[in-house]
Amino acid sequence: MIVQKKPQLLTDTPLHYCPGCTHGIVHRLVAESIEELGMCDNAIGVMPVGCAVFGYNYFKCDMLQAAHGRAPSVSTGVKRVHPDALVFSYQGDGDCSSIGMCETVHAAARGENFTIIFINNGIYGMTGGQMAPTTMEGVKATTCIYGRDPKINGNPIHVAEMLATLTGPCYIERVACDNPAHVNAAKKAIKKAFELQIAKKGFTFIEVLASCPSNYHLTPLDAQKFVTERAIPFYPLGVIKDTTKEEK
Amino acid sequence: MKKLWKGNEAIAEAAIAAGCRYFFGYPITPQNEIPEYMSWRLNEVGGSFVQAESEVSAINMVYGAAGAGGRAMTSSSSPGISLKQEGISYLAGAMVPCVIINMMRSGPGLGGIQPSQGDYFQATKGGGHGDYHCIVYAPASIQEFVDITYKAFDTADRYRVPVMLIGDGMLGQMMEPAEIPPMKNINRLPKKDWAVDCNNGGTQRLINSIKIDANELEEHNIHLAQIYEEIAKKETEVETYLCDDAEYIFVAYGSVARICKASIDELRKEGIKAGLIRPITLYPYPTKTIAKYAKKRIVKKFVTVELSMGQMVEDVRLAVNGKKPVEFYGRAGGNVMMPGDLVKYIKEGK
Ligand SMILES: Cc1ncc(C[n+]2csc(CCOP(=O)(O)OP(=O)(O)O)c2C)c(N)n1
Ligand code: SF4
Repeated sequence: MIVQKKPQLLTDTPLHYCPGCTHGIVHRLVAESIEELGMCDNAIGVMPVGCAVFGYNYFKCDMLQAAHGRAPSVSTGVKRVHPDALVFSYQGDGDCSSIGMCETVHAAARGENFTIIFINNGIYGMTGGQMAPTTMEGVKATTCIYGRDPKINGNPIHVAEMLATLTGPCYIERVACDNPAHVNAAKKAIKKAFELQIAKKGFTFIEVLASCPSNYHLTPLDAQKFVTERAIPFYPLGVIKDTTKEEK
Repeated sequence: MKKLWKGNEAIAEAAIAAGCRYFFGYPITPQNEIPEYMSWRLNEVGGSFVQAESEVSAINMVYGAAGAGGRAMTSSSSPGISLKQEGISYLAGAMVPCVIINMMRSGPGLGGIQPSQGDYFQATKGGGHGDYHCIVYAPASIQEFVDITYKAFDTADRYRVPVMLIGDGMLGQMMEPAEIPPMKNINRLPKKDWAVDCNNGGTQRLINSIKIDANELEEHNIHLAQIYEEIAKKETEVETYLCDDAEYIFVAYGSVARICKASIDELRKEGIKAGLIRPITLYPYPTKTIAKYAKKRIVKKFVTVELSMGQMVEDVRLAVNGKKPVEFYGRAGGNVMMPGDLVKYIKEGK
């Protein structure tokens, strides 16, 4: 049996997330990475509007709670004042790729030296299951009850691939948390993004394919299966951009 | 030493002297000289400038930089200030101090680029959502713009509120002699024990406006209201011009107040006793000063003069509280009244 200890950057506050929600896992991966990089006393987080809005209760580092979608701009401002701090924004798909898409794209294009942790669960969690920009074709949401129909509801966005077309980002990877191997890979990606930020390499973006059992109306296990069987084939995992490789 | 300054550039230099090191803006006429000046000048003093992708983004960069303890500023003009309102509400809610300049242009909608005072309601009555206020200054000259910009950063920090300065294209674009106050040493500014700065010595610092518990939020609302009350007591500023024996009192702010002064001088040459009350702060509003003159027997009426179809006049009426007639004279769309227009108005209405 592997016994994991709680990262010291996390508080003892009980998580408010639903059973099986990916937010808790990713909080842990972020905290572990910061701890392993020795940055606990030099990290600032920016939380979104979405289910992770209370995320600041779980991290011990200094934090800002941003308006819906504006975390990349807030992080930009923070980083200008504290260029040596590890700055991350943590955003859902509605936050990062709908209302805040403009801020996301331009922070990436400027090559701002901070990291976005992008939680793509393909749905609006907090407001109760409406369609997100990342909701896949045919998937039901409360604002497309027969399933997303591109003719009516438009098409889903591959955010990581889109950002990879820009010059500013130095590292973009898509990961998932549907099984332990994927969780380990997710951790590695998050840590690598932070390392590159510390090395002042530029904008880093980690897309995490997450699940939202409550709004999928699935059990936690079936929700994970949905990620494995439906989301991953549509949103392929892996490194999508890495300019540090080219440097070598 | 006095130098000839363009309004917008003088404001930018005054901000730098006050210790502003972070500026975030988006181009819009008639305030472009502020971001343009900041783009090279901040570089010289070790600060940071970002031409943001929108006003929405710019104000949130201010939220980040000011939340992280820096002296941060943004400037815009009316349509851009509309876009900043969400951010201003968050700044007010999270008690993050900053300075915002609005060089007003005419509206509604895209409107025009000529001078206007059509954003009075937006500036003084909220603008964004929720129960908050900004301190709002309306300087009437370039020197006054400089002096108020210089102290606005201190005032914002003292109360932890956003401070807004409103002017119009006339003030932003014209040139006048002005003296920039001495450069502050930013290392000697009062420490901000609330700002995020990786201060993880056991206590997390949090910049936040969400308070989901009704009691907690009400407590916060009451706290903010108490701050606004204190601001009203200590920060209200007003100028009176020849009011002591005045029978006709103009109430006007910003560049319009200067036009009123010219017409008062004309009227007095003809033996008509006119005066001016010029609010320097629009929030808090100098209600008491107006109320004091409203009680004077000699005063026949008040005339509110604005570059709008009548906004501040509502606050004048509240202050006068029925004791005297309150009339309104306004021009809009970018048109500006001449001193002679007001002379004629008083003489014909007599
Ligand atoms: C300006 C604004 N518009 C809408 C909302 C309502 N709202 C809160 S959370 C949310 C969507 C959250 O979805 P997502 O970003 O995918 O995060 P999740 O809850 O799934 O983690 C919306 C639309 C808001 N708070 N502010
Ligand atoms: S609604 Fe979905 S995203 Fe939100 S906490 Fe529950 S499972 Fe997680």
